[in-house]
Amino acid sequence: MSALNAETRSVVVEKEFAHPPEKVWRALTQGDLIVQWLMENDFQPVVGRRFEFRMAPMPQWDGVIHSEVLVAEPYERLVYRWDSLGLESIVAWTLTPTAGGTLVRMEQSGFGADQEAAYKGATYGWRSFFGKLEQVIGEIP
Amino acid sequence: MSTAAANSVFKALADPTRRAIFERLTRDGEMTVHALTARAGVSQPAVSKHLTVLKRARLVNDRRSGREMHYSAQPKALAPLVDWMAFYGVFWRDKFSKLEAVLERMEP
Repeated sequence: MSALNAETRSVVVEKEFAHPPEKVWRALTQGDLIVQWLMENDFQPVVGRRFEFRMAPMPQWDGVIHSEVLVAEPYERLVYRWDSLGLESIVAWTLTPTAGGTLVRMEQSGFGADQEAAYKGATYGWRSFFGKLEQVIGEIP
Repeated sequence: MSTAAANSVFKALADPTRRAIFERLTRDGEMTVHALTARAGVSQPAVSKHLTVLKRARLVNDRRSGREMHYSAQPKALAPLVDWMAFYGVFWRDKFSKLEAVLERMEP
């Protein structure tokens, strides 16, 4: 269901839900629904609109993910920026109707070439250190 | 981030005392050399030296206030070293489960 694609440097998660695309679209684009599965937000499905996802602030991090709607094609495709703590990425949702509901595909791309540094870091045995860093970045509720 | 910059971050944090200083600043916020020295278990000049290395790696910022320098952590400098792909691989899988639960609860 999910894959880390080293070549395109993207994270892909794909799943079929037993619900029609119109309903999935609502869950992806209505602020009061987004907060229930993703994060606090001031999202509106309007191209060019800048918005924020918010987690509880941490020391040294305001908990904000800066975003902007790039594509909003109802029931089919939703793309927004996902910028946080030095990572500048793009999150793209694609909805495809199926016999039993909707195939939902999320692709987050834009992971830098410097990811290789991360792998080197891991080989230095710093997993626990990065574990702590991830707590700083934000415990995902 | 260049390899050289990444190396300077790794080198800066390879030393346990420096790592402790950096983690302390990350946890407790801005501090003076005096405050840091009180707990670091090494002399003040040694702490200052460590801070210089951390500063060069951009892990620490300084700011003069009155007669003292105040140091603060810049965890952002570490961001390019985090394995974001692995982090978000887990993150989105979790969010997909939550999304499914929301879809179940929603009006049709």
